[in-house]
Amino acid sequence: MTAYLKLDHIDKSFARGGQVSEVLRDIRLTIEKGEFVSIIGHSGCGKSTLLNLIAGLTKVSAGAVLLEDKEVDSPGPERAVVFQNHSLLPWLTVYDNINLAVSKVLGSTKTKAERHDWIMRNLDLVQMAHARDKRPAEISGGMKQRVGIARALAMEPKILLLDEPFGALDALTRAHLQDAVMDIHSRLGSTTIMITHDVDEAVLLSDRIVMMTNGPAATIGEVLAVPLARPRRRVELSSDRTFLRCREAVLKFLYERHRFVEAAE
Amino acid sequence: MSIQTIEDTKVKAFPSPDKPAEVIAFTAKARRRFDPVVIAGKLASALVPPAIVIALMLVVWQIACSSPTASLPPPSQVWNEAYDLIAHPFFDNGPQDIGLAWRVLISLQRVAIGFGLAAIVGVALGALVGQSVWAMRGLDPVFQILRTVPPLAWLPLSLAAFRDSSPSAIFVIFITSIWPVIINTAVGVRNIPEDYRNVSRILRLNQFEFFLKIMVPAAAPYIFTGLRIGIGLSWLAIVAAEMLTGGVGIGFFIWDAWNSSRLPDIIVALAYIGVTGFCLDRLVAAVGAIVTRGTTAK
Repeated sequence: MTAYLKLDHIDKSFARGGQVSEVLRDIRLTIEKGEFVSIIGHSGCGKSTLLNLIAGLTKVSAGAVLLEDKEVDSPGPERAVVFQNHSLLPWLTVYDNINLAVSKVLGSTKTKAERHDWIMRNLDLVQMAHARDKRPAEISGGMKQRVGIARALAMEPKILLLDEPFGALDALTRAHLQDAVMDIHSRLGSTTIMITHDVDEAVLLSDRIVMMTNGPAATIGEVLAVPLARPRRRVELSSDRTFLRCREAVLKFLYERHRFVEAAE
Repeated sequence: MSIQTIEDTKVKAFPSPDKPAEVIAFTAKARRRFDPVVIAGKLASALVPPAIVIALMLVVWQIACSSPTASLPPPSQVWNEAYDLIAHPFFDNGPQDIGLAWRVLISLQRVAIGFGLAAIVGVALGALVGQSVWAMRGLDPVFQILRTVPPLAWLPLSLAAFRDSSPSAIFVIFITSIWPVIINTAVGVRNIPEDYRNVSRILRLNQFEFFLKIMVPAAAPYIFTGLRIGIGLSWLAIVAAEMLTGGVGIGFFIWDAWNSSRLPDIIVALAYIGVTGFCLDRLVAAVGAIVTRGTTAK
């Protein structure tokens, strides 16, 4: 088994005013090319910190993030992030938001016409081509998140990092976007890491689910493989035995063995 | 009586609420553009109240200054004695005898240079102070002290440095209007959401690209607030500076009129200065509204 992405004994602690708080301890994980991995855990367990470490937005305290055997220590377009609150630039249209990324990342290798086709391909992929000239303020939350995904995909990333991408959406919009992500993943085979706190979402989308223990000094408690065939359909799966077994396993981990203690904060 | 009139036009101005649901956006726009009733109504509601106030002020002024012992001229005297200045803003009878519009334009030219420099340098310095903690710690106290220095206090120093009145006046405008630009830009830059910075880091934008594509548009509402305060201050400074440096600007005109006891001329010049300052403020505000159209709406 070749590791595409390797998290090698990662520790992360933050120092604030002389006090050092250890957030993550000894994170070890290997992810294969094309895999869809979810990271789930209670809030405050350091999931987002872990994603920022992989993205290179935060530096590790010890250990290393290795992508294709090369160490990652700064952010870059080959690890594109879809942020929870979309973070589209409000003064640019949908098209220009993606164009900013495409002309920076692919400006030297593609001609202008090729770049235009590439932007439109990605907008088509998330079914947002119709809104290309709208500004982010003029489209709904779900649509913004679609554009955020298109922007990330347009960077041709080696790994797609999703930071609770559907957290701020209502349940129906969330289901639509989950289907869109599954569809994109099956078409492009993109290696994806998703942070989530939604058990159903994790089981539905993932090949493997990484369950985090509670902080401080959180680590990976358990990794669950989800042996469900793709394409997956949410309606059929709702009574599927494997789906239910996986779901139960995650729920047991989160609510029996690692209950969230509110007073810890 | 007059309020009654406004109410009437307003009532007429609203389109009848019979079938608003069927009007699609395009026709509504077209209809609004060519509907004289709506335009007249809007104009009336904007112009009638200030016109009434101005008329009242003129009447009070006329009554107050009508007595033979009054030290200031009443509006009727201003109208009679300064009629040339009011009616012919663009006359040109040689180097020192030109219309007020020309004088305003000459002053505006100075403001354009001084304020233009202040805008460029101010945004650049503000970006530096907003972006770097050490630049802020070092520069912010200096800015806070210098910005309280009144415009005219700079004038002797700049006269000594430049040895000429024209660059000195421009320098005074520059130094007066730069502080609000710096301070507001710095606040705007400090308030750029962390997410935008993360986006630029993932895209590996360099410093220059980050400045142009993220920082300036994200901080644009703050920058334009600073520019708007700055242009107001620079117009204040030009009049004061020209009184002392001479030349043919509107500020010097007032000083000259005072020395030859032409009070009506001063009053007309004041009106010119006020209207011009108002237009400058609105101009910057309008440019700001266009430029920051997308930024302010979240």
